[in-house]
Amino acid sequence: MRVLYFAWLRYRTGKASEDLALPEGVTTVRQLGAWIAERSPGFKEAWESEGVVRIAVNQRHITDDVALGPDDEVAFFPPVTGG
Amino acid sequence: MIRVQREPFDAGSELRALTAKRTDIGAVVSFQGNVRAEQGDRAVRAMTLEHYPGMTEGELARLEAEAQARWPIQASLIVHRYGRLEPGEPIVLCIVASAHREPAFEACSFLMDWLKTRAPFWKLEETADGERWVEAKASDDEAAARWRG
Repeated sequence: MRVLYFAWLRYRTGKASEDLALPEGVTTVRQLGAWIAERSPGFKEAWESEGVVRIAVNQRHITDDVALGPDDEVAFFPPVTGG
Repeated sequence: MIRVQREPFDAGSELRALTAKRTDIGAVVSFQGNVRAEQGDRAVRAMTLEHYPGMTEGELARLEAEAQARWPIQASLIVHRYGRLEPGEPIVLCIVASAHREPAFEACSFLMDWLKTRAPFWKLEETADGERWVEAKASDDEAAARWRG
């Protein structure tokens, strides 16, 4: 699957994107976020703060947890500030 | 119609093109957002807009479809720029044309409120003290919330 990071979360992880095989034991997007947090202290700090990290799966905003498949595109980002 | 582009746009040309040869349009409302030099107590030299290519276009198209479902709209256009912009430059344009003014005013307001909380753009400011990511405002969430339900 493809994982993308935007704005200051991209600085925290040090990368704009990465291709990952669905890690062992990870079946949902919240589990994926927790798994990434264990590998990236910068991401972990944001992930564990309430309401800071927003999520899109296959380019759609999600608020509830969703199941992931091997071909999904997941994006993590701070609240948007366009307009 | 929606467009995401690096280049500047001209609101007048866009409005003329959108309404050319249309005799069913009685009202046109447009909103243009520009880069402001003053952001609170900071002087901004420039702003860089990052976005999520693909999702941005999808989200703007969904916003426009939602507006069309809620109001009788004859024509609409959203243009949003990305990249580095200096104070005074246009960032976003929203035009809504309808038979009467009320739907045009409301739909344009709705589109901007929802765009602010849903379109995946992020602003990085350049100031004398360095770079700073713009934080989302609670007032934007509240403005978007009034269109729910």
